[in-house]
This record gives sequence, structure tokens and C-alpha cells, in this order.
Amino acid sequence: MVRADRFRILTGGTGLLAPLALLLIVTVLVQQAWPAIVHFGPGFLTGRVWNPVSLNFAALPYIYGTVASASIALVIAIPVGIGVALFLAEPGQAGLRGAIGIAVELLAAIPSVVYGLWALFVMGPFVFKALETPLNNRFGSFPLFSGTARPTSLFTAGLILAVMVLPTLASISREVIRAVPGGLREASVALGATWWETTWRVILPAARAGIFGAVVLALGRALGETIAVTMTIGNRAQISPALFEPAYTLAAVIANEFTEATAPLHTAALVELGVVLIGVTLTVNLSAQLLLRASADARP
Amino acid sequence: MVPRPELRALAGGGPAKVTIEDAGFFYGRFRALRDVNLEVPEKRVTALIGPSGCGKSTLLRMLNRMYDLVPGGRAEGRVLIDGEDVLRTTRLLELRQRVGMVFQRPSPFPMSIRDNVVFAPRLLGWKRPRIEAAVRESLEGAALWDEVKDRLDEPATGLSGGQQQRLSIARCLAVQPEVILMDEPCSALDPIATLKIEDLIHRLARDYTIVIVTHNMQQAARVADYTAFMLMNAEDRCGELVEVGPTVELFNRPRDRRTEDYITGRFG
Ligand SMILES: Nc1ncnc2c1ncn2[C@@H]1O[C@H](COP(=O)(O)OP(=O)(O)OP(=O)(O)O)[C@@H](O)[C@H]1O
Ligand SMILES: [Mg+2]
Repeated sequence: MVRADRFRILTGGTGLLAPLALLLIVTVLVQQAWPAIVHFGPGFLTGRVWNPVSLNFAALPYIYGTVASASIALVIAIPVGIGVALFLAEPGQAGLRGAIGIAVELLAAIPSVVYGLWALFVMGPFVFKALETPLNNRFGSFPLFSGTARPTSLFTAGLILAVMVLPTLASISREVIRAVPGGLREASVALGATWWETTWRVILPAARAGIFGAVVLALGRALGETIAVTMTIGNRAQISPALFEPAYTLAAVIANEFTEATAPLHTAALVELGVVLIGVTLTVNLSAQLLLRASADARP
Repeated sequence: MVPRPELRALAGGGPAKVTIEDAGFFYGRFRALRDVNLEVPEKRVTALIGPSGCGKSTLLRMLNRMYDLVPGGRAEGRVLIDGEDVLRTTRLLELRQRVGMVFQRPSPFPMSIRDNVVFAPRLLGWKRPRIEAAVRESLEGAALWDEVKDRLDEPATGLSGGQQQRLSIARCLAVQPEVILMDEPCSALDPIATLKIEDLIHRLARDYTIVIVTHNMQQAARVADYTAFMLMNAEDRCGELVEVGPTVELFNRPRDRRTEDYITGRFG
């Protein structure tokens, strides 16, 4: 009995560590950010000006850039990742699938600064020439493609983020899809369904919760990614629907300005951006969970 | 090659619904089945029995082309349903509508009971009123309606094992098949759920041609009008059909020595 109790105390204690650490971090951050919090009030979240010279600070363009670049990443990475996962989860052709599976997992081992370099020198210029410029020229009146296209843009950052979260999405989804009982596939095929119908109507619904978990993890990574985004997004604080224009994210501005910030209010404002970033990540995560629960209730 | 007459189920049987001629099957280079000749009479229950690995499931899966899922799987011979060769047809949706299948493990789809039942009708693109009618009809046909009529929109995974298996049956009844294949449909169920399914099989045999694989000889004796005994050739592990006949005869007066050994339990 004593043993069991000790065990419970031990596991309970370690289980508490994670929330405790989060609480501690947030507390310290809030303390550091306090001067800015007091000075700017809630206007910090809604204002658009960020001026270190006049010591005027507000976060909205960065929040926008963070959420927008992560969203672009997911819009691209979710279908591709699930497609790759479906391919990898199929039986047979172990050689080819094995090679592709390993390649996808190796993508996760590349440091983000290398992704940043590659995006800056190879992918960005290529996308600029092959995609951004033609779309910008032809459909420039459409808000998404408007403005002056640049090799470093919201879209470039979103695209490189998509590549970076792809391994997470694909490998977790593959495991989840593999874990769907083979009997479901057989039963569906025996009822006359094609591979597509089976995948779409049976396999993916059965794997939905797990794939959703993978998406949430990927989203977390995309929201917080710093160096690759800083190198590719163009670092201009603006709120614009134009995909091919520069933007700026919370993580990027903190990384760029922290070492140069001399005024205490500037430093405090940067720390407050960190608090906001944690807030954005938690909010997105929680609403994702709620969404999943709601859809599970609505569609059994 | 002329089918061997002693391998045909004849006496008292109606017209053959399924005719299997010189059928064989390969998994890659491994030959799992050889020279199977069998006539399955219409609106009767035919059981396939035999020791594990003798190819019962393989033979069953030839009848609705489930082996298409197996990489390297290859069938030979002919499987005629109403004269049309199943092994060569390209109209798989139509084939699988005519030949339904129930598996060993119940496999409710992750959706409501109703959506499970109308899964195949939706694939066939039926209109709404017809689909609605199919729900009640097929659940009644599978003796499940009374138990689920108030919870049609609840997830099918909430049903008991026996209910899930009857749901699987309802799911194939929904498109009014002609033949129903069952691969050890009761082996995951308790005795009472098993009895219910066996009762159901009896009733279904009035309207459908049923082929059932079973490990359990008592079950074959209880539900089947005809029984086919299969055995694995000791030399190359290839499955063969040994003997087929009316169930009563096969169990009481087996013609083949190997059948006798098996049903009297002298076989390992
Ligand atoms: N997908 C497959 N790939 C390779 N060999 C297979 C495959 N499925 C079955 N076999 C082999 O084919 C032979 C017949 O298998 P089958 O499943 O038809 O036997 P069975 O009579 O249904 O056995 P059981 O009573 O155990 O279900 C066995 O030797 C088996 O190992
Ligand atoms: Mg079997």
C-alpha cells in the first residue's frame, strides 16, 4: 500500500511539473513585460504601430503575420501530408514506400536555419519567378495576389513552414491510418466501394481524431517557428491580404530586436509579444480541441 | 477438363447459383488452392469446412473478388454466377452488390447505425426514399430492427458484438444481394449471439444463397444444407476440395476416408 501511494505521489508530482513549468514561465514573462502591459493596456493587442524611436508599441500586425503564415502552412501541408500518409500506409512495395518514408522522416532532422537558407536562396526566388509574378501580373486585382510581389513574403514563409511541418503530419497520420482495423477496409471494399470511396468514407473518418492531433502539433510548430520565418517573411509589419507581400511574425520580431533593444519599455514590449505568442498558441490549441469535440458530438 | 462428378452437390439441390470450375489460387508463387469444382445450389446454405489453412477463406474470397486487395494474388479457373464469370468481370460494384460478405470480426464503420446500413445504397447512388426504405427493411431482415429502432442515429460502435455482426448482415442485405458469403461469422461471438445468427441464417436461406465458412462442425451440421470438406495437401500445402454432399450424408456416410478421419476427430 505504502509503495502504491509513493508511486502515486511520484507520478502525480511529475505530472504536475508540466503545468507548473508553464505557469512559472508565464509568471516570469508577465513580470518582465509588466511595464509595457501597464503602459499600453489592452490597446497593445489592437494597435498597429510599432515604433522603437517614439516608444510606441502594439502587436496586431505580428499577431496577423503569425496566424496567417501558420494558416498558409497548414492549408498546404494538411492535404499533402495526408496524401503522403495514405500512400505510405498502403501495404506492398516495401522498398519504394520504405525509402519515401525514411526521406519524409529525415526532413524532420534538418535544422530550421538550413531550411531558412534554402528557402531564401532557392525556393523563394523560384516561387517568385514561377508562381508569384505570373499570378501577380494576371490576377493582381484579386486581393490575395495584389500588391508588389517579393521573393521574401508571407507566402514564401508559409510554404517553407509547410515543408517543415510535413514530417510531423505525415508520420503521425501514417501511424494513425495504419492503426485503423484492416477489417474496416475489407468490409467497405466488400460492399462495392473503390479505394477512394473506402479511404474517404471509412478510413479517414476512423482516423480523424488522430489526424487532428497531428494537425494540432504541426500548428504549434508553425506558430512558434522563428529562424526560418525570420529569414523568409520579409519582416515588414503590415496587415494585408496580399500573400506575396512581406509580413512579420511575433517570434521573428522578438528574435530580430531583442539584442538591440535598449529602452526598458522596448524590452518589456518584446517580452509582452512573447506572452501574446503563448496566448495565441494556447487559444488556437484549445479551440481546436473544442472544435474536435463538437464535431465528434455532431457526427458520430 | 470435365468436372469430377463426385465433387458436385446434386441430390435434391435446386439449380446451381454458383458454379466453380477448375478453380485455383496463388499468393505470389505459393499455390493455395487447386482444382476446385463445386456447385452451390440456389437458396440453400452451403458450408465449407476443413482444418486451418486449407484455403476455405481463399475460396470464399474468390466468389466476390476480395482477393483483388492482395498484392500478388491470382486466380485461375472459372467462377460462374448465373453463367457470368466473376473472375473476369470488370463490373466490381455490381458484383459486390450481388454477392455480399460478412467477416469474422464485426466491423461497424465509424458512423451511425443508419449510415452503416445505407453505406452500399449510397455507393450505388440510390434516391432518398429508396434509401430510407432500405434502412428498416434490412434491419428487419437481419433481426436487428427492434433492438435499434430508437437509436438509429447513434454510433454503431456502441452495439454489442452480436448486434454488430447482425448490423454487418443488414449492411449487405441493404442492396438486396443474391449470394451472401460468411467467413466464420460467429467465431468472435458468445453462444447466445451465435444461436441468434444461426437462426438468422436459416431464415435468410429462404431468399438468399448462402456460403458459410466454419471451423465448427456442429455449426455446419446445424445450419448447412450442403457441406464441402477441404483439406491441405501434405506435400505442397495446397488446398483441395475433398468431398461435397448434403450435410446429413457427409456427416453420416462420408465417402472419402479423409473426410471420415476429420469428422470423427482422428485428424489433428
Ligand atoms: N494474404 C496472403 N498472403 C500469402 N499467403 C496467404 C494469404 N492469405 C492466406 N494465405 C495462405 O493461403 C493458405 C490458405 O489460407 P486461408 O486463409 O484460405 O485458409 P483457411 O482455410 O481460411 O484457414 P483458417 O481456418 O485458419 O481461416 C494458407 O496456407 C495461408 O497461409
Ligand atoms: Mg479463414
